[in-house]
Amino acid sequence: MIARLLAVLLFCALAASARAQTSFEELVPRLGGGFGPAAEAAQALGTQGDPRALPILRALSEGRLLRNAEGRVILDGRDAATGEAIAAEGATRINLNNRLRVVLRGAIGRLALSSPNAAERRAAADAVFRTRSAENVPLLEDALSREAIPEIRALMELALGASRLLVDDVTVQRAGIIVLSGAGTAEARSLLLEARAAKPELAVDIDAGIATIDRRLAIRRGFETAFQGISLGSVLLLAALGLAITFGVMGVINMAHGEMVMIGAYTTFMVQEALRHTAWAAWSLPLSVPAAFLVTAAVGVVLERFLIRHLYGRPLETLLLTFGIGMMLQQGVRLIFGAQNREVLSPAWMQGTLMLPGGLPVTQNRLWIILFGLAVLALTMAAIRFTRFGLEMRAVVQNRRIAATMGIRTGWVDAMTFAFGSGLAGLAGVALSQIDNVSPNLGTGYIIDSFMVVVFGGVGSLVGTLVGALTLGIVNKLLEPYAGAVLAKVAVLVGIMLFIQRRPKGLFALKGRAAE
Amino acid sequence: MTLPTITRRAALAGMAGSMALPAIHSASAQGAPIKVGVLHSLTGTMAISETALRDTVLMMVEKQNAAGGIMGRRLEAVVVDPASNWPLFAEKARELLAVHKVDVTFGCWTSVSRKSVLPVFEELNGLLFYPVQYEGEEESRNIFYTGAAPNQQAIPAVEYLMGADGGEAKRIVLLGTDYVYPRTTNRILRGFLNSKGITDADIMEEYTPFGHSDWQGIVTRVKAFAAQGKKTAIVSTINGDANVPFYRELGNQGIKAEDIPCVAFSVGEEELAGIDTKPLVGHLAAWNYFMSVDAPANREFISDWHTFIRNPRRVTNDPMEATLVGFKMWAQAVAQARSTGVDAVRTAMIGQKVAAPCGFTLEMLPNHHLTKPVMIGEIQENGQFNIVWRTPAPVPAENWSRYIPENANRRR
Repeated sequence: MIARLLAVLLFCALAASARAQTSFEELVPRLGGGFGPAAEAAQALGTQGDPRALPILRALSEGRLLRNAEGRVILDGRDAATGEAIAAEGATRINLNNRLRVVLRGAIGRLALSSPNAAERRAAADAVFRTRSAENVPLLEDALSREAIPEIRALMELALGASRLLVDDVTVQRAGIIVLSGAGTAEARSLLLEARAAKPELAVDIDAGIATIDRRLAIRRGFETAFQGISLGSVLLLAALGLAITFGVMGVINMAHGEMVMIGAYTTFMVQEALRHTAWAAWSLPLSVPAAFLVTAAVGVVLERFLIRHLYGRPLETLLLTFGIGMMLQQGVRLIFGAQNREVLSPAWMQGTLMLPGGLPVTQNRLWIILFGLAVLALTMAAIRFTRFGLEMRAVVQNRRIAATMGIRTGWVDAMTFAFGSGLAGLAGVALSQIDNVSPNLGTGYIIDSFMVVVFGGVGSLVGTLVGALTLGIVNKLLEPYAGAVLAKVAVLVGIMLFIQRRPKGLFALKGRAAE
Repeated sequence: MTLPTITRRAALAGMAGSMALPAIHSASAQGAPIKVGVLHSLTGTMAISETALRDTVLMMVEKQNAAGGIMGRRLEAVVVDPASNWPLFAEKARELLAVHKVDVTFGCWTSVSRKSVLPVFEELNGLLFYPVQYEGEEESRNIFYTGAAPNQQAIPAVEYLMGADGGEAKRIVLLGTDYVYPRTTNRILRGFLNSKGITDADIMEEYTPFGHSDWQGIVTRVKAFAAQGKKTAIVSTINGDANVPFYRELGNQGIKAEDIPCVAFSVGEEELAGIDTKPLVGHLAAWNYFMSVDAPANREFISDWHTFIRNPRRVTNDPMEATLVGFKMWAQAVAQARSTGVDAVRTAMIGQKVAAPCGFTLEMLPNHHLTKPVMIGEIQENGQFNIVWRTPAPVPAENWSRYIPENANRRR
């Protein structure tokens, strides 16, 4: 009993006075001793700077470190502390929590600062920036003296600035403030505010720094809002393009349009599953593009030939019919695939954030969808303008009877036009599978928006659809910070209602005889 | 025992019902099957969550029948589909009680559906087991609540975030879907945070519609809110599949759990089944059960489930466990009361104990809520939760929160 008490006291004394004195061999087993002790041990290992600790801490952060019943910590079949071979049987994975992850990030960062690998040093500099402490200052100064790559130097200087803020010396702190003010990021601003709360005498310097940062951040915020607005606009554009053909050009009120989008998304899922274990797996998303177009176009042809064409000129019946078809398609998909969401993976090139020059962040998946939306729009316009099919389509829309007398098979053109519009909806499904849920209800969320875009932009005008989609996207994002997501949407709807009152034909109304 | 929510008319109707019911039951007794109503949406937006609960009830019915039923009587499930349509819930509830004359009903997920059937169950004196965590501020003699009350989920989770292991959060973002559960829960949480010295300036509260998919703006604003020099955490009451694009956006904008942890109250194993979970590792969820709980009762539950559903990859989750606990308690109460009569079962329900898959023995309290352990789990790469914190013992439910001033005096 007394021995245990003494041991506890000794441990406390050790932990309090000098962590560095606890030996490596003693610290490593503590990594498996629960979240609290593990965090302290990881901290101590990071401070000691023993290079043997780096692979062990990495393994812990990646969940590869095991612990057996005797409390020994095992890495790759060896005792991590002593290096002797040991059976991993019956050993369990050491669990992490967020507190431990934060400590590990800092400790690994400190140890990896002198790594020969540039990518590791870059990650380390970032990690040390996020887990700054006064103890890091000499370490970073040392690392900086040996660093040659300018980009990593900049990161290290930033980390040094952050850590200097915590040194109890006003001149050192001022140097830190200057570095952080120059960085101009939200994280730097946060650190400065923290330091301001701790050290009121630096308030003047810090306030000046924050003002500099705020100017940069205002520009960045404007850019972000614009990007997010364009991104939302491109999603609306994709969703509405197919409808701009079926509703805008043909005049079919297609309430099953959303379900075409949904079928496109499920096609993406099926292509992914079909290619999952083949060499083509990485290409499943690009390959889904033609697949989704063909599948939804085929569904479109079937619907048009067997059902919709019998109701041309009867908009109310068409509306009810397509609404019913939509519900049947939804339930059909639910029966085949189940009510659960299906997971469509994002390829690596669509994940994460791209930093544009000037520190302007762009999320990759959104960027690709903007480009995809513009490409689809361009191809659609080209198809209508330059191909024979486009010519026949315009002819049938402008004057069905004269087109027929010229030898155009109007029935066939109707079917192909509807298939084309449906195929475009399928393409929207491919894009939406990357940002929304692939579920049977996927389409219902977009049908209202699509009609809104087409009517607002001007029925029958593709340019109108583009301008309409982008306007709605940007206005929505401009309003969102002030009104919240729900009210912003309501405000946009009210705005459109008022606009349609003034201009019933939308932004780009068709003029002349063709409009009649 | 006085029950404050019961209006005089409902109480009278209940009495009339209880007088009428024994006659019905004696007519249908002697070997006639005991009817178990299932009131879960099998189509529409909620089908994603509720289908599994229907299957859980069917599994329990099958298991009970294999064990000889209750009192020698077989159980028979009556499944109806309210189709995620709130008024239809009330109609279907009436159909179950008046036409099919079910002895008990297991059903509802969203609070709005529960609120829609509550008057029907009170009028016809039915018995409803509601298996989902909810906002509290309700008590009905005809409903047994087997999910968590706010003090069994929301408040401990926020306490965890504010503690050393959770990262000592000083600023809290309350994100939710725009309906009664998130708004009430966030009102309770705001009261709680204020009582802990976190002022309104350090709380950001925002709501989105059901099925919201464009989270760019909100996540950007959360980042800006977090850059004020104090550790920030997100408390999410986002419901349904809007969670998937939300987590995707968190991942894409590079928000790691180490920087801004997010604790969710409506994200379980079933919801994670449709997401690539790699970017989410370390984000948290608070529940009273996780599939990863290591307990004999849980191993039995999971193996029963896999056998029943014939798919070893299907997951179990908290509302499924709550359904199971409710079903077992009901079966025990019927056996103890030697009757399926609503009033007899209601009396016998109080104090029922079940060794639940969460690894603890849970007890039905006189306020029609359970004692439940609180657990915090971290999302892992395989879509399961790693339990990082749990209460040492089950916590009794407080359905009337002390942080809602106008109802605080109803606490008992």
